[in-house]
Amino acid sequence: MSSQAASKEPALSAATRDRFDREVAKYPADQRQSAVMACLRIMQEERGWISAQTEQQVADYLGMPPIAVHEVTTFYNMYNQAPVGKYKLNVCTNLPCQLRDGARALHHLEQRLGIKMGETTPDGLFTLQQSECLGACADSPVLLVNDGTMVSFMSNDKLDQLIEGLRTASGGEPA
Amino acid sequence: MNAQQVLAQFQATGVQTCFHDRHIDPQIYKDLDGTNWRLADYEQRGGYKALRKVLGLVGGERMDPAAVTQTVKDSALRGRGGAGFPTGLKWSFMPKNYAGQKYLVCNSDEGEPGTCKDRDILQFNPHIVIEGMIIAAYAMGITVGYNYIHGEILQTYHRFEEALQEARAAGLLGDRILGTDFSFQLHAVHGWGAYICGEETALLESVEGKKGQPRYKPPFPASFGLYGKPTTINNTETFAAVPWIINNGAQAYLEVGKPNNGGTKIYSVSGDVELPGNYEVPMGTPFAKLLELAGGVRKGRTLKAVIPGGSSSPVLPADIMMGCTMDYDSIAKAGSMLGSGAVIVMDDSRSMPESLRRLSYFYMHESCGQCTPCREGTGWLWRVVDRICNGHGKQSDMDLLDSVADNIMGRTICALGDAAAMPVRAMLKHFRHEFEAMIQRPNLPAADGKQPVAAGARG
Repeated sequence: MSSQAASKEPALSAATRDRFDREVAKYPADQRQSAVMACLRIMQEERGWISAQTEQQVADYLGMPPIAVHEVTTFYNMYNQAPVGKYKLNVCTNLPCQLRDGARALHHLEQRLGIKMGETTPDGLFTLQQSECLGACADSPVLLVNDGTMVSFMSNDKLDQLIEGLRTASGGEPA
Repeated sequence: MNAQQVLAQFQATGVQTCFHDRHIDPQIYKDLDGTNWRLADYEQRGGYKALRKVLGLVGGERMDPAAVTQTVKDSALRGRGGAGFPTGLKWSFMPKNYAGQKYLVCNSDEGEPGTCKDRDILQFNPHIVIEGMIIAAYAMGITVGYNYIHGEILQTYHRFEEALQEARAAGLLGDRILGTDFSFQLHAVHGWGAYICGEETALLESVEGKKGQPRYKPPFPASFGLYGKPTTINNTETFAAVPWIINNGAQAYLEVGKPNNGGTKIYSVSGDVELPGNYEVPMGTPFAKLLELAGGVRKGRTLKAVIPGGSSSPVLPADIMMGCTMDYDSIAKAGSMLGSGAVIVMDDSRSMPESLRRLSYFYMHESCGQCTPCREGTGWLWRVVDRICNGHGKQSDMDLLDSVADNIMGRTICALGDAAAMPVRAMLKHFRHEFEAMIQRPNLPAADGKQPVAAGARG
């Protein structure tokens, strides 16, 4: 990931530190590390992905070795270890979804966006991924947008509306 | 429209999965409509009455903590997360006179394929989980708790945090609850995409800010849990069942359902049915009735097979399944597990090797890598099933699958390995002919006439 070496992250803002502190406060004073999952999630919301430098900043804040933060980033599926498109679409194709057109939805998006799963559109707007169980099996076809918003019962028509809507909302411009 | 408004158009409303009139005598999903999740609504439905009863603020003397545990024991409530372990018995394992900190943990890391019941509980009735946890904490003398919520439902995590704030502001959580000398702090924690964290000790590792790799048991969490302290972990639905039991009594709970299988259970019905969704029905409801509630098999097709308790439970053919009632004992007797109550329905157009291929890919993907039999074995299982599906199977592959499954079963720290091996064995047991047919006739087309999903091959 060559982009990592070039990344230059700003210092943590006061607002970010406040968000971190709310997480840290949930745990015993000597267990700041417990907040690492939430802090990395917050960083991903703010920066789109987790660079090595971001890991270092989180490590410093929580008083843990950077490698221990890296272990977390690389273990959990939803942390972006490289930049992704403005909208990350995770389509569930696990068995219950496979039985209800989950894979069809993924294929439709591949065709619609002109990319294969795992890729990002050239304009930087969409990253398409296959995902494991989202825990919304009765909602299939279902996908998770930017790790935070789940959209359900996504027929091909709805998928088209979603893509068009997000494109329009972004002014058609790259991220 | 901005992006959030665009997305808002497509979000689930819960009407299809939760607020329908196809539950039978619901206790947890009762009277929900999607808007009435707040504290005031919950109290209007009789919420926090059980807590007040336990604390002696209504209806008589304060209950002895041991009596609360005994009530739960007598109710025959069994863990709703998958294992079906008696909840009251689990509570009684917690040391009574332990001087240090003890912890209570709720396992809302709902990622077992097919399962989507806890999301609707937390989203539409969060206070019932909070109340259940406070009562459990009181019963075991615990002052700090965490609810670990599946990272994929971050919206629900935020909803739960909001409900916690409401409860704190009303004096139902925190120091000196409702003016008594009992204090309990409860916090929400989230995962971030790791199926293994549904395993209780992996979950504890994750709360500690580490990779979610399971621990050896023993020691069990009741003696060495979160931060090495005594800890009790129950599933979301288990906690949600507690207020009803306290309000109505153990005997009443037991009488809903059947002996040794008390209460209602929420089944997540997915796959080839007309109306997929969550169905809360008494334990012991016939499977045929549940299928009927879910609108029957889709497009009038014929039932072929059912995975009755989440992807880790062995598949059962239609004729066996139609003879089962939905409770721990009946499903176990039929050779499978009630598990998390996730009922995955497959009709006669489905190819079993295709279904197994997708499941095997999942277990390979989610193996934490700690134990060699699981790390390597899940990969073997997927590759062999995949090549059978791709028309490159060998005659010896049936024995190979059996041997790999054999070498995983019982040889790993946690149950993920078993969960990967069991579906293989059940598929071979009940649908061996489909695998053999694929091996003997290479390039067999998928049952729907379309190209099979080469999920793993491209992932």
